[in-house]
Amino acid sequence: MNAIDISNLDVWFGSGADRADAVRDVSFKVADGESFGLVGESGSGKSTILRAIAGLVPTWSGEMTVAGETLGVRRSKAFYRKVQMVFQDPYASLHPRQSVDRVLSETMGLHGVTDIDKRIGRLLDDVGLGPGFRFRYPHQLSGGQRQRVAIARGLACEPSILLLDEPTSALDVSVQGEILNLLTDLRQEHKLTYVMVSHDLGVVGHLCERIGVMKEGRFVEVLAVDEMRRLEAREPYTRHLLESSINSIR
Amino acid sequence: MTNDAPLLNVENLWVRFSSRTGVSEAVRGISFTLGRERLGIVGESGSGKSMTGRAVLRLIRPPGMIEADRLEIHGEDVLGASEKRMRRLRGGRVSMIMQDPKFSLNPVMTVGQQLVEALRAHERVSKRDARKRALATLDEVAIRDPERVLNLYPHEVSGGMGQRIMIAMMLLPNPEILIADEPTSALDVSVQLQVLDIMDKLVRDRGMGLMFISHDLNLVAKFCDRIAIMYAGRIVETCKASELRNARHPYTLGLLNSVPDLEHPRERLEVLKRDPAWREAPSVSARQ
Ligand SMILES: Nc1ncnc2c1ncn2[C@@H]1O[C@H](COP(=O)(O)OP(=O)(O)OP(=O)(O)O)[C@@H](O)[C@H]1O
Ligand SMILES: Nc1ncnc2c1ncn2[C@@H]1O[C@H](COP(=O)(O)OP(=O)(O)OP(=O)(O)O)[C@@H](O)[C@H]1O
Ligand SMILES: [Mg+2]
Ligand SMILES: [Mg+2]
Repeated sequence: MNAIDISNLDVWFGSGADRADAVRDVSFKVADGESFGLVGESGSGKSTILRAIAGLVPTWSGEMTVAGETLGVRRSKAFYRKVQMVFQDPYASLHPRQSVDRVLSETMGLHGVTDIDKRIGRLLDDVGLGPGFRFRYPHQLSGGQRQRVAIARGLACEPSILLLDEPTSALDVSVQGEILNLLTDLRQEHKLTYVMVSHDLGVVGHLCERIGVMKEGRFVEVLAVDEMRRLEAREPYTRHLLESSINSIR
Repeated sequence: MTNDAPLLNVENLWVRFSSRTGVSEAVRGISFTLGRERLGIVGESGSGKSMTGRAVLRLIRPPGMIEADRLEIHGEDVLGASEKRMRRLRGGRVSMIMQDPKFSLNPVMTVGQQLVEALRAHERVSKRDARKRALATLDEVAIRDPERVLNLYPHEVSGGMGQRIMIAMMLLPNPEILIADEPTSALDVSVQLQVLDIMDKLVRDRGMGLMFISHDLNLVAKFCDRIAIMYAGRIVETCKASELRNARHPYTLGLLNSVPDLEHPRERLEVLKRDPAWREAPSVSARQ
């Protein structure tokens, strides 16, 4: 079965002369337990696709079926337990007056998770933060620590689909490695489905089986990861992206 | 003030936070200087990079405390300066690009208004000219359709756009020192290179001093002249960027080994085994 099935998705902001089309005619499917990557130019609409799936942008058209639910304007409560999103901008997505403990326990309480206390300890350990961070507030954390709290929150209710927007962009490679290994393990244990946005092709290539390449709101192509590794892109834009990424490592 | 003094001169800098449960030390006695060069500060998440950058501009909020034997911007004592003097320095001679771009932008003003204001706060220019220069800098940082972006509010721009807007804003007043905290972490490689080029030009043509904070060792090695590697609030190693391959500290070596590489996939990524002794090793000086 497909965890995500999207066809002809358009997303726009504003109306009339001010209308900006952020996503244009995008279609893709993600099978249960698969990981799909989104890469492409800054401002090309990657975050907007995730936000539309999560129900955060009202102005869209097309068809979206996610976690067995055909999406309309409203989503069921069960949807929000099954589908979680980790935002690109962790500072904005964490409430400044809520401690890490409260952020995590509130999400879990809302979705009827039991055994909250033990689970918080486990989650913080999993993202490499240990118990010392449990009662801190967002402003008492470094950039990468905040990002890891956001990841812990995304995982808290054991969703079946996780939408990850640049989840490791603020992390040094060693912590990034720990998080990527964690995501790999969770996927194996629970058959999780991921859609991940990253500007780092090494990261996307590590976790994802297929990758959609975006430019100016559209998909220019969808590549399998081994095609990407063999640098077999058909479109000039993708080739440019691959070449600059390869050159940066050497 | 003398002209041959380093742009930044820092000796034995500490940043501490006290709370009911005790004192935590974010920066533990580091020393460095910044000349008209590109100094890279790298280190893992939580190692004290941002706190070091913020301490230089006295941007640590209570209960945080800064202490240092010496903390000077171009020969001028920072810890003893008045709050008024600090406000003049910040955003004028010394600019800082913060790690959370959207958080540092004003949510109720358009991008254009903020850019114009940033420029006019430190320079006498007409609104029209300021707007023109704002447009030109947005174009320079590779923002598509800068006319449209000038009229957007911060929540209406993408992550990478927000970062580039911050960069444009901090570069407008021609600072002498730029502290850039993870300025390009949301950008893909090709845009990253364009943005780094702009900073590079300012260092070369105008003699700006750049303190470049990043978690990305490879990027820093490519772009900077000198590197200081931080671990647990201390500087554990310094080297010329070109000699990073000869780095010795096990932490630095560990970092070099955990990069996921597109062409050479691995089942699992290597992760660092941190040795408690790394915390205790004394800080290395990054003064020149
Ligand atoms: N609320 C909004 N109002 C108006 N325009 C918006 C809004 N949100 C996003 N946009 C526009 O939609 C476009 C796509 O933005 P999006 O955040 O999806 O880009 P992205 O691909 O995630 O880029 P990045 O890699 O920089 O994060 C941008 O041009 C942005 O300005
Ligand atoms: N207000 C605070 N109270 C207590 N501890 C704090 C506070 N602010 C920051 N810290 C701690 O100080 C340490 C250094 O933080 P800093 O922001 O300098 O890290 P960093 O090296 O920039 O990390 P990152 O790469 O994740 O941004 C961190 O462990 C952080 O949790
Ligand atoms: Mg985005
Ligand atoms: Mg930081």
